[in-house]
Amino acid sequence: MQPEKQEKSLVRQVLQAILDATLVPFLAIFTAVLIGGLIIKIVGGDPFVAYKALLQGAFGSKKALSETAIWATPYIFAGLAVALAFRGGLFNIGAEGQLAFGAVFSALIGYALPGWLGFDLPFYIHLPLTILAGALAGGTWAAIVGALKAYTGGHEVINTIMMNYIALNMTSFLVGGIMKDKNPLNVISRTPLIAESARIAPIFDGLRIHWGFVLALVMAFAVWWLLNKTTLGFEIRTVGLNPDAAKYAGINVKRIIIITMLFSGILAGLAGSVEVTGLNYRHELGFSSGYGYDAIAIALLGKSHPLGVVLASFLFAAMRNGATRMQFMTQLPVDLISMIQALILLFVAADAIVRYIYRIKVKGERVVLTRGWGG
Amino acid sequence: MDWKRFGFIALIITILFGAVVLVGQSQQRPLLIITSMLATTIAVATPLTLGALAGVYCERSGVVNIGIEGMMLSAAFFGWFTGMYLSNVYHWTLMPSILTGTVVAILTGALMGLLLAWLSVTFKVDQIIGGTVINILAVGLTGFLNRQLFFGKTSLFGGTVPSSPGVFSAIHLPITEIFAPLCKGGNICLENINAINRVFDQKPIAWAAIILVFVSHYVLFHTRWGLRTRAVGEHPRAADTVGINVEGMRYANVIIGGMMAGLAGAYFTIESIPSFEPLMTNGRGFISLAAMIFGNWTPIGAWAAALVFGSSQALQINMQLYRDAIPPEWSFLQQSYVVGLTPYILTMLILTGIIGKTTPPAADGVPYEK
Repeated sequence: MQPEKQEKSLVRQVLQAILDATLVPFLAIFTAVLIGGLIIKIVGGDPFVAYKALLQGAFGSKKALSETAIWATPYIFAGLAVALAFRGGLFNIGAEGQLAFGAVFSALIGYALPGWLGFDLPFYIHLPLTILAGALAGGTWAAIVGALKAYTGGHEVINTIMMNYIALNMTSFLVGGIMKDKNPLNVISRTPLIAESARIAPIFDGLRIHWGFVLALVMAFAVWWLLNKTTLGFEIRTVGLNPDAAKYAGINVKRIIIITMLFSGILAGLAGSVEVTGLNYRHELGFSSGYGYDAIAIALLGKSHPLGVVLASFLFAAMRNGATRMQFMTQLPVDLISMIQALILLFVAADAIVRYIYRIKVKGERVVLTRGWGG
Repeated sequence: MDWKRFGFIALIITILFGAVVLVGQSQQRPLLIITSMLATTIAVATPLTLGALAGVYCERSGVVNIGIEGMMLSAAFFGWFTGMYLSNVYHWTLMPSILTGTVVAILTGALMGLLLAWLSVTFKVDQIIGGTVINILAVGLTGFLNRQLFFGKTSLFGGTVPSSPGVFSAIHLPITEIFAPLCKGGNICLENINAINRVFDQKPIAWAAIILVFVSHYVLFHTRWGLRTRAVGEHPRAADTVGINVEGMRYANVIIGGMMAGLAGAYFTIESIPSFEPLMTNGRGFISLAAMIFGNWTPIGAWAAALVFGSSQALQINMQLYRDAIPPEWSFLQQSYVVGLTPYILTMLILTGIIGKTTPPAADGVPYEK
């Protein structure tokens, strides 16, 4: 009798834990959707028609599902980037810039490497190199901020934002200048198409969904494994929870801060890289507008857990993808989705509001990310 | 006064000005270049100054405000929209409509401040996340309204954006009128006086920002209110013990900060250009925060730092005027992308603390739990 009872309580514990973890995000989404419906009503639309169109656009057909997965791919990478940094006690607002940098360098290696070498590479060498270039470009870009934080105390929030502007200026400079597609018909700032050997293949014929999506899921697992099954992951989490304690426990906090930012940047760089190698086959200015900022909301919504990030990415992807159909059916602007997403973020970040509305008691400790400006 | 810091600020500004003089001297007299740089610097430093003041009020009371960018953006939208609506629908004349627009912008900032205070003081949400919420909310809200109100199904003006009534004009100080008689017929002399006069012909929000710097300095360091604000930001428990209402002081200061950010927002659409574009604040809110840190959380220091960023922006603008005079081996400087990097790189350099460490208020960013 006794062991069975214990087992039961264990199952209940697990269920309880899952409920605790998902209840507030779920209610946050619910409340935001409700308010979104109200806004639709106020501006003269029919919320049910709008949301139905949104769902159809996101999940209504094979093609819709494939497009949703395509939206989800960079979201998963960028969301993981922000989430990993969060776990290490760092706020990476710079995913946007790291992503742009990753995309530019992937595009460069993708179209220019065969020319530099003078011969064509097989795809199993060229493609990994292309992706690696993007990942490392993003990683380096973020690691600079990590090093500034570790050695000078310059706050990563401001520095990542400044690096965003620098990255966007520099990519504009490169893609509009020396990397611009020299085709005489081309008037916009974009790179030439990358070589066939640098492209990620689609999974199914006729649909745009590509293996980069699978890579994103693999990376989600890898981040989970890193954080929970390795010493380095333990150190990252310890620094995130309490840098002072980590220091006294003999962890090299400076090193961990730089490594965390490096990994975070690599993930963000991958987001840009996979967009280039799997979807667009070139880098075009302005393609990434907002991924980096959505990623913050996704990481918060997913409670910085890799699985949560994947689920939140799908939610955001479905909203973005369905919004086009919603706009077509109801003439409601796509920006409505940004509003609903901002509301979701508001209610997730300020879970106290949701708890207050639905009278849910607080369990566990509050995680404090802010540590002032001193570092 | 931190003379080392002010000396450093003066040095950077001199270098930035010197660069433009060096490039432009073949086309224009140095004095005219310097006065034109000064006039631009003061004008473009306005939103940074006000943004930094917003930060000073919030953080002196212990609330980190990273949402200044979003506060500015939403204030820019609502301020502009009010002025545009009043003049197009009710046919108000220029000044009443843009003055009302300015008031609405300030109120929008105050509301955003209230939201931040509500999140961070009442709900004790992580303050950096609270600010990020405001930033993302502002982007979504202004983007949605901008499209819905003009191009949506219920568009107000049949699918067009009507023209805005205009922007504030400069307040003319009669410097030329007073000093011109001293010039004994010299054209150059008259031109110089005119040029100097143009430095002072600033628009109302620019003047308001400068006045607010000194008012804020007085309020924070020479009044009971300021003492209480600083006490709440340095040691809330001690302040609470002597009977200061910690939450009330934080609410009030964050709302005042929001109003400053709101006025900064008005600069974009009511003083600088008469239209609204999504994302038009373009990182100015974050640069303001860097100015606040560089200015060591003091109004006057923040203003000086804002002038540094302003002059690096003026460098970018003025370099474009003399781009033909840039020697070919420096031709990459002709690209506005390259010169445009200066404020951002400057911000990062400043944050490294190479010009001396700054100290934030001790309880900055820490929610107060009784």
